[in-house]
Amino acid sequence: MNPAWSVIVFTTVAGAAQGLVVVVALGRLLGLRMSAAFAGGALWLAFTMLLVGLGASFLHLGRPERAWRAVTMWRTSWLSREVIVLPAFAAVVGLWAASGGASVLLALAALLLALGLWWCTAMIYACLRFIQEWAHPLTIVNYTLIGLASGAVLATALAALLGDGFVQRAVAPWALTVTAAAAAGRWLALQRNAGLKLRSTVQSATGIRNPRVAQAAMGMTGGAFNTREFFHGRTLAVLRSVKLGFVLAAFALPSALLLWGLASGSGAAFVLAALVQAPGLLAERWFFFAQARHPQNLYYQVVS
Amino acid sequence: MTTLAKQLALVIDLDVCVGCHACVTSCKEWNTSGAAGPLSDQNAYGAEPSGTFFNRVQTYEAGVYPDTQTVHFPKSCLHCEDPPCVPVCPTGASYKRKEDGIVLVDYDKCIGCKYCAWACPYGAREIDEERQVMTKCTLCVDRIYDELLPPADRKPACVKACPTGARLFGDVKDPDSEVSKAIRERGGYALMPEWETNPANRYLPKRGGGS
Repeated sequence: MNPAWSVIVFTTVAGAAQGLVVVVALGRLLGLRMSAAFAGGALWLAFTMLLVGLGASFLHLGRPERAWRAVTMWRTSWLSREVIVLPAFAAVVGLWAASGGASVLLALAALLLALGLWWCTAMIYACLRFIQEWAHPLTIVNYTLIGLASGAVLATALAALLGDGFVQRAVAPWALTVTAAAAAGRWLALQRNAGLKLRSTVQSATGIRNPRVAQAAMGMTGGAFNTREFFHGRTLAVLRSVKLGFVLAAFALPSALLLWGLASGSGAAFVLAALVQAPGLLAERWFFFAQARHPQNLYYQVVS
Repeated sequence: MTTLAKQLALVIDLDVCVGCHACVTSCKEWNTSGAAGPLSDQNAYGAEPSGTFFNRVQTYEAGVYPDTQTVHFPKSCLHCEDPPCVPVCPTGASYKRKEDGIVLVDYDKCIGCKYCAWACPYGAREIDEERQVMTKCTLCVDRIYDELLPPADRKPACVKACPTGARLFGDVKDPDSEVSKAIRERGGYALMPEWETNPANRYLPKRGGGS
């Protein structure tokens, strides 16, 4: 697939906001002594990030003025369900932030909606059975774990910046745990995709039974939607570097920085971890889309 | 998925198709001028022309020289009986007609999110870059029921244009129709049967081996 920046920005920014809200919600439900500055700051930051995500998602639409129509098909469409859950989640987070972040009921609602939003977002991809890289429960696991990890790392950085040492110390082990879990989940998905045998072949796509079938012409000279939307057009070397880049920036380096922060109590380590992780998350999501091989590409192997 | 009593479809005879692209141009002509149009073009006279088409003819070569066979392969929406593009649409713009099984897009409801194109394994849908809505083959729904046309002309533009008669049109649920007979007698097959989309359009294989 050709990764769309609107979707990359939306899913990473909203995912981190969800993870951040989960930290505050769990903190509230478990009775963690959060400073008002941290709880309020985290919720307002998450709310702002959700608005940014919502804005980015609009940029993906050809006809954004009709976006309201997308709430109608929730019975069958995961995209429609996401379109309902995202504003509902943002509204609850906004309300919770505006009311001072004390309500346990809103904490519970925000927690459930955050989990629901990950489920919807991931299912948009996981339900497409013929995009085999995505059609697996690991897609849901990884959207959730990467969101949890990025939100937790962001929470430690925010606590460090706001001088809430207690939250910084309390959340850091959680951040390290979910980052390690996210790394493991993503590694499993990479392993699975590396050994994936694609079910569609040029033979099944055309019905020509000869074992050797080569495309001589794809029916147009200058490309079409089919050649722009479904091909990333990058070399294997670029793909490999992006993969290495996100393994380091999204998982390995933040984990090392979190360990350093835990050991030394240095706030700078947590801030640095969040800064390093941000581009890593974008690279991870870019790779998620780029690695998916759409069966329609079997019909577009030769330009002529 | 409920089975419909009537399912209109195309049956494409790969043994007869000569790859002339007459179906492509007649489709574009009819549909850019009709109720479904316009189908916009970008950079039409430049080095990299692009545009919206409902139908493409591709060419494949099967076998190893000297035992090869050239296969011209027209591809448009297959009007699946279980279309994966329909349930994913968040607005209901994509739908399958109960009365004749044609899969259509309501251009006034489409938000241009492209999710249906991702959900089609065949690449049968193309976004119109100018109108920013998803487009696809309509089986010339604005033509096949037009009582102002002589009955012989109430067929999709591609079928009427084909100089070799490689394209048949009809109801695949009627066992006595031309298309049903052709599928039965010539071993008409579906594309990518592995995804169980049950495409209504079928292809007739080349005769005489080789492929």
